[in-house]
Amino acid sequence: MILNFLQSIGAYVLDAFASLGRASLFLMQVLMGIKDVLLRPRLLIRELYSVGVLSLLIIVFSAIFVGMVLSLLGYVTLVDFGAESSLGVLVSLSLIRELGPVLSALLFSGRAGSALTAEIGLMKATEQLASMEMMAVDPIRRIVTPRFLAGFISLPLLTIIFMALGIYAGYLVGSVWLGVDEGSYWSQMQNKVEFWHDVVNGIIKSVVFGFVVTWIAVYQGYNAMPTSEGVSRATTNSVVYSALAVLGLDFILTAIMFI
Amino acid sequence: MSDFFVTIRDLYFSRGDREIFSGVSLDIPEGKVTAIMGPSGTGKTTLLRLMGGQLRPDRGSVIVQGLEIPSLKRKALYQARRRMGMLFQSGALLTDLSVFENIAFPIREHYSFPESIIRDIVLLKLELVGLRGARDLMPSELSGGMARRVALARAIVLDPTLMMYDEPFTGLDPVTLGTIVSLIKELNCSLGMTSVVVSHDIHETFSIADHVCILSEGKLAAQGSPEELMNSESEFVQQFVQGKPDGPIPFHFPAEPLEQDILGKDMSGKSAL
Ligand SMILES: Nc1ncnc2c1ncn2[C@@H]1O[C@H](COP(=O)(O)OP(=O)(O)OP(=O)(O)O)[C@@H](O)[C@H]1O
Ligand SMILES: [Mg+2]
Repeated sequence: MILNFLQSIGAYVLDAFASLGRASLFLMQVLMGIKDVLLRPRLLIRELYSVGVLSLLIIVFSAIFVGMVLSLLGYVTLVDFGAESSLGVLVSLSLIRELGPVLSALLFSGRAGSALTAEIGLMKATEQLASMEMMAVDPIRRIVTPRFLAGFISLPLLTIIFMALGIYAGYLVGSVWLGVDEGSYWSQMQNKVEFWHDVVNGIIKSVVFGFVVTWIAVYQGYNAMPTSEGVSRATTNSVVYSALAVLGLDFILTAIMFI
Repeated sequence: MSDFFVTIRDLYFSRGDREIFSGVSLDIPEGKVTAIMGPSGTGKTTLLRLMGGQLRPDRGSVIVQGLEIPSLKRKALYQARRRMGMLFQSGALLTDLSVFENIAFPIREHYSFPESIIRDIVLLKLELVGLRGARDLMPSELSGGMARRVALARAIVLDPTLMMYDEPFTGLDPVTLGTIVSLIKELNCSLGMTSVVVSHDIHETFSIADHVCILSEGKLAAQGSPEELMNSESEFVQQFVQGKPDGPIPFHFPAEPLEQDILGKDMSGKSAL
C-alpha cells in the first residue's frame, strides 16, 4: 500500500523530469534557430504584431483598472494615518515590483500564449508542420522560433506599459478625484522608487516570465496530440502551467531581489 | 551502387506494441513509377514517412539516392529532402497562405529568385493541375479535390528527383482523375522523376505503374509488373487485385470474435441481460 504510493510518486517525479528534459531539448532547438530569424526580420515583425500588438488592448484596460483600484484602497488605508501623501509610493512600488510583471504575464499567457499553443497545435494536427519538413523547411526554425522570440520580446515591453499606465491611473484617482496633493504624489514616488533596485528588478521579472510563458506555450503546441481534443488540452495546459510557473517563480525572484 | 533509386532492407518499425513492418525489403527502380499497395492500415503512409526521414526505423536500412536516411544528421537530411517531393494524403496546405503563396513557399524558402520568376514558375505549375484561376483563393475556400491538386503543384514545384504521392487519386472527379493520372506519368517521363504512388485504385494505379509492391501484415506480400500480378497464381494477390471480400486478406482490424464482444466473456448470453 505505502510501497505502491511511494512507487507512484517516484514514477510521477521521473515523468516530470523526463518531460522537463524533453522541453529543454526542444528549447535548445528553438534557440538554435535565432540566427536564421534575425536574418529574416520580416518573420519576427509579423509575429511581434500578432503576439505583442494584439495583446495591447487587454494590457491597457487591466493596467488602468488595477491602478485605479490600488489608489482607492491605498488612500482609504493611508488617510487614517494621515499618510496619504505616500500614496504615490504605495501605488508605484506595488505595480513595479509585483503587480505589473505578474498580472501582465498572466494576462499575456491567456491572450497570446494560448493562441500560440492553439495555432502551433493545429498546424501539427493538420500535417502542416510535417509537410514543411518534407519541403526541407525546418518547422521549428520557421514557425516556432519567431513566435518564441516575439513572445520573449513583447512581454517586458507590455509590462512597462502596464506599470506606467497603472501609475498614471492611480494618480488620476488619487490626486484628481480624491484630492491627494499632486506634488507629493510624484515627488515621494521619485524619492522612494529606486531605478536599479525596483524598476530594473521588476523588468527582470518580466523578462523571466516572458521566457517561461512563451516556452511553455510553444512547447505545448508543438507536442500537442494531433487531434482536436489534444489541441484543446494543450491550450488549457499552456495557460495553467504558465500561471503556476509565473506565480512560483515570482515568489523565488521576490525573495532573491527584495529581501 | 545498384541502379535502384530507393533500397529498403530488413525494415522493422513498430508503434507502441504494434509491429507495423517486420522485415520488409524492397527496391524502387530509378525513373519508373512504382506503386505501393496494400490493405488500409498496413503502413503505406508510414513507409513514405520512413523514406522521407520523418520517422526512424527500429532496425534495417532505408537508402535513398545512395544516402542512408535514418543515420543522416539534421543538415544532411534537410539537404536530401530538397530533392524529394511528397503529396500528403490530406493535402496539408498552409492555411494562412493563399494558393499562390502556398506553391511559392518552397521557392521563397530556398532561393532568392526575383518575383517575376517565382510568378512564372507558380503559374506554370498551377496550369499543370488546372487551377491557374484559383491562385488567389485561400485553402479554406477549396474543395478537397482542389486542395489535393494544389498540394500536388506545391510538391513538384522544386522539380524533385523522387516524388512520393500518398493517395493521389481519392476524391477526384473522373475528368480530373484522368488528368492527374496522365500528369503523374508525364512528370515521370519528361522530367525523369522517380515516382512512388501509394494508392488503392487498382485500375488507375496499374495503368501507370511499371512496378507494383503489395504490402500486407508487415511484410512485402507480392511484387512485380502489373501484368505479372494480374496473372499471379497467388490467392492473396488475386483477392487483392479483384477486390473480393473473401480470401486470405482480413477485412477486420484484429479483434476478438464478434459473439464474444457482444455477449460478454462467458459466452452464455446471460451477462447481456
Ligand atoms: N501517430 C500514430 N500513432 C500510433 N499509431 C499510428 C500512428 N499513425 C499510424 N498509426 C498506425 O500505423 C498503422 C499504419 O498506418 P498508415 O497511416 O501508414 O496506414 P496506411 O497504409 O497509409 O493506411 P491508409 O491506406 O488507410 O492510408 C495503422 O494501423 C495505424 O493504426
Ligand atoms: Mg495512408
